[in-house]
Amino acid sequence: MPRVTVTVDGITYQEEVEPRLLLVHLLRERLGKTGTPVGCDTSNCGACTVMLDGKSVKSCSVLAVQADGSDVVTIEGLGANGSMHPMQRAFHEEHALQCGYCTPGMVMAAIDLLRDTPEPSEEAIRQGLEGNLCRCTGYCNIVRAVRRGAQEMGQAVKSS
Amino acid sequence: MTEVGRPRKRKEDARLLTGRTQWTDNLRQPGMLHVAFLRSPMAHARITRVDVSGARGLPGVVAAFGGQDLAGEQGSLPCAWPVTEDVIIPDHPPMAVSEVRYVGEAVACVVATDRYLAADALEAIEVDYEPLPAVIDLAEALAEGSPKVHEEGNKAYSMKITTGDIDAAFQDAPVVIDRTYVQQRLIGAAMEPRAVVATTDGDSFTLWSSTQIPHVLRVMLALTTGIPEHKLRVIAPDVGGGFGTKLQVTAEEVLCLLLTRRLGKPIKWNESRSEGNLTVHQGRGQIQHIRLAAEADGRIRGLQVDLLADMGAYLVLLTPGIPLLGATMFNAIYKMDAYEFGCTGVFTTKMPTDAYRGAGRPEATFGIERIMDELAAELNVDPLEVRRRNWIKHEEFPYTTISGLTYDSGNYEAATEKALSLFGYDKLRAEQSDRRDRGDPVQLGIGVSTFTEMCGLAPSKLLGAARFAAGGWEHGSVRMLPTGKVEVITGTSPHGQGHVTAWSQIVADALGVPFEDVAVVHGDTAISHKGLDTYGSRSLVVGGVAVLQACEKVREKARRLAAHALECSPEDLDFAEGAFTVRGTDSRRTIQELAFAAFTAHDLPDGVEPSLDSDATFDPDNYSFPHGTHLCAAEVDTETGLVKIRSYVAVDDIGKVVNPMIVEGQVHGGIAQGIAQALFEEAVYDAEGNLLTSTLADYLVPSAADLPDFTTDRTETPATSNPLGAKGVGEAGTIASTPAVVNAIVDALRPYGVQDITMPCTPERIWRAVEGARP
Amino acid sequence: MIPAQFGYTRPGSLAEACQELAADEEAKVLAGGQSLLPLLRMRLAYPTKLVDVGRLPELAGVHDRGDHVFIGAMATHDEVLRSGVVNADCPLVALATATVADPAVRHRGTFGGSLAHADPAGDVPAVVLALDGVLVARSADGERDIPAAEFFVDYLESSLRQGEILVGVKIPKLGAGWGFHYEKFQRTAQAWAIVGVAAAVRRSNGAIQESRIALTNMAPTPVRAHATETALAGMDLGGEVRQACAEAAADTSPPGDLHAQPDYRRHLARVLTHRAVRKAAGSV
Repeated sequence: MPRVTVTVDGITYQEEVEPRLLLVHLLRERLGKTGTPVGCDTSNCGACTVMLDGKSVKSCSVLAVQADGSDVVTIEGLGANGSMHPMQRAFHEEHALQCGYCTPGMVMAAIDLLRDTPEPSEEAIRQGLEGNLCRCTGYCNIVRAVRRGAQEMGQAVKSS
Repeated sequence: MTEVGRPRKRKEDARLLTGRTQWTDNLRQPGMLHVAFLRSPMAHARITRVDVSGARGLPGVVAAFGGQDLAGEQGSLPCAWPVTEDVIIPDHPPMAVSEVRYVGEAVACVVATDRYLAADALEAIEVDYEPLPAVIDLAEALAEGSPKVHEEGNKAYSMKITTGDIDAAFQDAPVVIDRTYVQQRLIGAAMEPRAVVATTDGDSFTLWSSTQIPHVLRVMLALTTGIPEHKLRVIAPDVGGGFGTKLQVTAEEVLCLLLTRRLGKPIKWNESRSEGNLTVHQGRGQIQHIRLAAEADGRIRGLQVDLLADMGAYLVLLTPGIPLLGATMFNAIYKMDAYEFGCTGVFTTKMPTDAYRGAGRPEATFGIERIMDELAAELNVDPLEVRRRNWIKHEEFPYTTISGLTYDSGNYEAATEKALSLFGYDKLRAEQSDRRDRGDPVQLGIGVSTFTEMCGLAPSKLLGAARFAAGGWEHGSVRMLPTGKVEVITGTSPHGQGHVTAWSQIVADALGVPFEDVAVVHGDTAISHKGLDTYGSRSLVVGGVAVLQACEKVREKARRLAAHALECSPEDLDFAEGAFTVRGTDSRRTIQELAFAAFTAHDLPDGVEPSLDSDATFDPDNYSFPHGTHLCAAEVDTETGLVKIRSYVAVDDIGKVVNPMIVEGQVHGGIAQGIAQALFEEAVYDAEGNLLTSTLADYLVPSAADLPDFTTDRTETPATSNPLGAKGVGEAGTIASTPAVVNAIVDALRPYGVQDITMPCTPERIWRAVEGARP
Repeated sequence: MIPAQFGYTRPGSLAEACQELAADEEAKVLAGGQSLLPLLRMRLAYPTKLVDVGRLPELAGVHDRGDHVFIGAMATHDEVLRSGVVNADCPLVALATATVADPAVRHRGTFGGSLAHADPAGDVPAVVLALDGVLVARSADGERDIPAAEFFVDYLESSLRQGEILVGVKIPKLGAGWGFHYEKFQRTAQAWAIVGVAAAVRRSNGAIQESRIALTNMAPTPVRAHATETALAGMDLGGEVRQACAEAAADTSPPGDLHAQPDYRRHLARVLTHRAVRKAAGSV
């Protein structure tokens, strides 16, 4: 079986994996990273979105072997020193989650969106999140949260 | 400052936001095995052979079974709502034994050490089918000579209710509108697919499930499997959305219990999305024939509703009752002299239908709100004006409707006024007229929905009268801990609604304790020993009230303790901000001090038991009737049929509000789901009964990019039917929005002679309607 | 859903990858996996082995080659979108690529993968066809150029041979005077295009001198709207453009499926071609 080395939320793992093992199952079943859920089998819902080498990917549509040598950040690795990432805080402040199942992927997609567009318009936010489905919120508060998260992240950059 | 009414940020969020979740699929048990189900590719067939032997020797495979192997112990999946005396409730084995009746029905299973190996082994099972004809169309299913889904015939039941003289209402009526509307089948698509884990210690059983109804499930599973109820614990851990689709007793839950009983090992099943699209019960599925008789000025004389309701292949938990939840709601907010409701439940070879957000009321609201627009068009009157001429005026409450419900409160005028001003109604009408004059290929339509609904299920007596198998009460338990903190146990089972936060607010006010000092526990039958769970917008108006009443009992006990400690009469004590004070003095005891005194029990008054706690069970004496006015402006590209929602305003009246932030979230999500029905979603079956929308690539759940921002506001007419003054809100948005959107589209296309677009209003359907209407 | 078992190899060179593929008829190339993985998960494909070419340097990057842009087969949609030379010299590629799936899928999905998958509902194939791209394929026998018009053979079928790997695609630079638009019609943002129109239009002196138009999802392969291109040549941007664009559905054989029937697709092709041409002409 292929042997892969992946760093997940700052910890490096070496695992022997079947070629068909999906990255999301490596995370969930082997590494105990159950913060990243699975919502579909066609890469439509985005619930499993993680950062792979700094870019958002749907971890149900990446093989573990393809992630060999890569750095993965999941929702569990976002915060620092026990405090939440500004985007996580913004989701809380704006009531941008209800059941919370889409939330890890949505937060990841939102952070990814801001890499290119630090001050996104409502339109840009909606387009940027097109690959992540939420069934609870109707998205209004998610849009507000991303705007708030963007402001806070912008300020964090300015003040640092 | 009171907690109730504040937009408190949710206590639930931190865990969910940082991935420290307890989804059922996260659970691991030592020695846990995984089950995978082989599902029928045929909509209707006799099973002539199931051979699982090929799977049995494969790597990791522990066991494999066909339906016949389980036939002696699997029982029949329950239907808890025998709506009429002669309703046909066919036998419904969790795993098909001799016949399959929908694509996706389980026919065999593999239990393996790993989910990958279980999936592999499924391919080694051989099943032979002898095809039988699919039964898809509702009218054809009822026709003489139709192939039968069940031996007993394709009609599950039929019923009719008439109030007033319906014939007189239609006789010589100046205006009669006659329409047929289709409520397509919907897939709930909660973001968390279902999952089940079952374990046993050889004597008792524990079942974790992604369910809305741990309490109901425990009773039903005990009855179905024969596992004694007291030996069965059901836990709903974090549940990722439900919308009614997890209000069910599923084949997979039963089978996981049977497998753990047989194999003695923990059994886990997790559903893939495509499996879920096939096998999670679907919503809606009605053909509505509606006739409305009116005076020349638009006042309604009578309304006649005749439904064909698609049951699917079997009656599952509430299947036959769902359309009847709309039986008393087609008349909605309008006064009339006569009303007739008829419904025929029809078996088809499709996945069974059951509750989906709104359950019966969205269908009713759609029917009436659509036909009110048709009446307005017929009379050439503004659609809001025709509603005004018919609705119950605010001074007329409480009002007993033609269908026999008593609406306790409401103010349709106020909600409508507010919505109009937020929407800019007159300006949009002017733009519409301008576009019509110019022949703009992009037309503007304005859709109105002045809805009400019946929720807060429900008065037990009324449920009994409707032949529902259970009651509608809810339980709450409140205990002050020795250190003064408060633990609340609720019989409701939230899956995104924010009960932990809202119940904390109620308790904080009732006991005068800090919001932060309240914990709310739910979803485990071993801890929350009684309850009826979460559906039908019932949690706050039934379950929240139970918690409030338990708090009141705790407070009264605390009053006796305080009187004893302060050596006064209980009547001389004032309670404020968590402390009892002897009136006119500064002698006081905080409720926390009293909790500790009740814990030590060193000095209690005679006849008072140690500990400061209580519980309450609330059975409402009426439903809750939220209402509101939703307005939608939609641009329709007549060249392509594409619809763009330009603006959406919702003014809801849900009475007193505990947490306005949570309420707004519920309304937003509800509107989105209602819009999704109007524009995007449909479970499509072909003539052979294959589901064509088995993945999210084909079943189009809208993303943020497909929906507009919503403007929401409220009016507040308190409910008089419960001490909180609250009305349910979980389903209101969904109920209201679908007709608002379709009315907007039809309004845009009126000049083309278009009277209806079948949902979902796809670009193609709109284009065809426009083309068909062109001279 | 869980994929069936398969073998996996990650060759260190293109030559090695070609050998692996030549040796096993049932082996499949793994690029970004964004089309392949859903097929594997649904068990709609059972390859014996995946040959992962995702990291081969020969297939990487976007390169300015003077008269054309060379897009390496393993350049992700995201890289293509960020490429300066693509945006400057073949902006139609960027316009269409921006509509592919969603950002996360664009981070993994590759330009070459989309072409080799040959899905007529994909956005990229029509653009490459419109721009007369040339696809470069390598096998043990050497390299060959395949004009886009010969590359797309049938539904999900390209003219790549057994043992051949797509190396990249040459997109000719069109030079000054051209305007571009990709008009995509879909039911939801994530849904496949019901119809898409890739249009490049060269205008001068207020008239359309030349145009290149290709259609997404109007046949088992992407198709050129030659009749419209011919009719538009030399035309002013007046009322006749609509009539010329009405020719766009000629020579198409659109599918009928859950989301649209053929006659509606033909209608859309006409309307959307008109819109695409006008926008392309207006964007000069």
